[in-house]
Amino acid sequence: MGVGITVERLNAFYGKTQALFDINIKVEANHATALIGPSGCGKSTFIRCLNRMHETIPDTSVNGIVRIGDFSVYNGTSATQLRRRVGMVFQKPNPFPTMSIYDNVAAGLKLNGFTNRKKLDEIVEKSLNNSALWDEVKDSLHKKSGASLSGGQQQRLCIARALAVQPQVLLMDEPCSALDPISTGKIEELIFQLKEQYTIVIVTHNMQQAARVAEFTGFFLLGKMIEFDKTEKVFTNPSDKRTEDYVTGRFG
Amino acid sequence: MNSEMILPQISWRRRATDRLMTGLSILTVLLVLLPLFAIFAYLVIKGIGSINIAFLTQTPKPVGEPGGGMANAIVGSGVILGIASLLGVPLGVGAGIFLSEYGRNRYGDAVRFVSDVLNGVPSIVIGIVAYGLVVLRQKHFSALAGGVALAIMMVPTIARTTEQMLLLVPQSIREAAYGLGVSRWRTTLSITLRTATSGVITGIMLAFARVAGETAPLLFTAFGNQFWNLKVNQPTAALSLQIFTYAISPFDEWHRQAWAGALVLIVLIVSAVAAVRIAVRHGTLAGA
Repeated sequence: MGVGITVERLNAFYGKTQALFDINIKVEANHATALIGPSGCGKSTFIRCLNRMHETIPDTSVNGIVRIGDFSVYNGTSATQLRRRVGMVFQKPNPFPTMSIYDNVAAGLKLNGFTNRKKLDEIVEKSLNNSALWDEVKDSLHKKSGASLSGGQQQRLCIARALAVQPQVLLMDEPCSALDPISTGKIEELIFQLKEQYTIVIVTHNMQQAARVAEFTGFFLLGKMIEFDKTEKVFTNPSDKRTEDYVTGRFG
Repeated sequence: MNSEMILPQISWRRRATDRLMTGLSILTVLLVLLPLFAIFAYLVIKGIGSINIAFLTQTPKPVGEPGGGMANAIVGSGVILGIASLLGVPLGVGAGIFLSEYGRNRYGDAVRFVSDVLNGVPSIVIGIVAYGLVVLRQKHFSALAGGVALAIMMVPTIARTTEQMLLLVPQSIREAAYGLGVSRWRTTLSITLRTATSGVITGIMLAFARVAGETAPLLFTAFGNQFWNLKVNQPTAALSLQIFTYAISPFDEWHRQAWAGALVLIVLIVSAVAAVRIAVRHGTLAGA
């Protein structure tokens, strides 16, 4: 089951440049939350702070409180432990090119020391089913490399790979920006099904997409969270002028 | 509106230039390949006549006695190269991993500089180093000393190619692994290194082929031996040493054997490299 996320006074830096300013947000468990805003406004930085990917870039720093369920992210727990609970799907599909489709999905478990072959088979099938890819790849699981699939299939493979670790939260950083409309449609459908089991945070440049898949939407501008509310409210009756300007296309 | 073209038809001059340039690039390829084939052909012509079962199975005969072979040198070369690879490959790959994953700093720059300098040190000097390190301490020449000398020569090549190959692996692949909760060292070994495998192996094979024919570093380390020896702490024959000794001797029979030895050496190097290539390709998936 998914868990909620609480963020309090989160600040993030690249060197001396501050990228996020005092972000406060409460993400509901088992719902999809969309983050919108113009390029460079800190959406990606924000979700990379949720699973401590931000600190993998040299010379970066973070302060503030992030809690995922009852798990305190920046307080004494290891980043690897955390990331097993918080799956991530990236902007560009990034399957492991030298691994088979099966090994790609099993990678998270295998590399963390999971060896039960039978259980692994089950999880791989279930994850590929959940990401709506099973029927397309079931005959070439071990024969084909992850990189031989089409772009949309690769992204669904990456989703299956993230699901296989059985996370409680799924972070998606513009998962459809490199995909055509049909693949995008498939992934959106997927997000709809996935939120029954996971808490989803999705960064998107596509406002229609945010409106379609997410119950909650946050609007970022220049590293600040301008507005966070029910999606319907953000798009139809925003309380901040800047949000209104952005969602109606007057700037950005 | 109609299909009238804005750009003029491709002129005969452009077509001629295209042909000329294509021709020139083919010519340069041939020029590069020519010496290789010439050397190989000359070796075959000179050496094939002296290759027979005895050459491949017997040890050298004393001067004046016909026959005999280089079996001990073939095996000795294998032993020395085996030791060199055992020492040099892990060290080189390890150094390459350090340079690519942890070496974006002044310490890494220092290692990079030293390794480039080491690459340029004359091989006979490396031989002297191994002499000082191993031979003087053990008080006798040995396959081990020869292996150490060749290993020192392999390390910088392997380290630098490994570094380059790992740097070619996109950061997004590493991030994918981190995102799954895989630790950094595990990501480096099981994801980054694995993704770069074929390039890393190419680097290893380049280094291997380069040292396989080295003679100078073996002169006062492995030293050579006219008899069978499989002990790593005893003087050991090597093909390159045997070729050198025979080639500078005054005997026609030894000259012929030197040619045959050179041919065998080249064939062995080529087949070793090819075998590794085939093994790697066999383990690669479709579309990878």
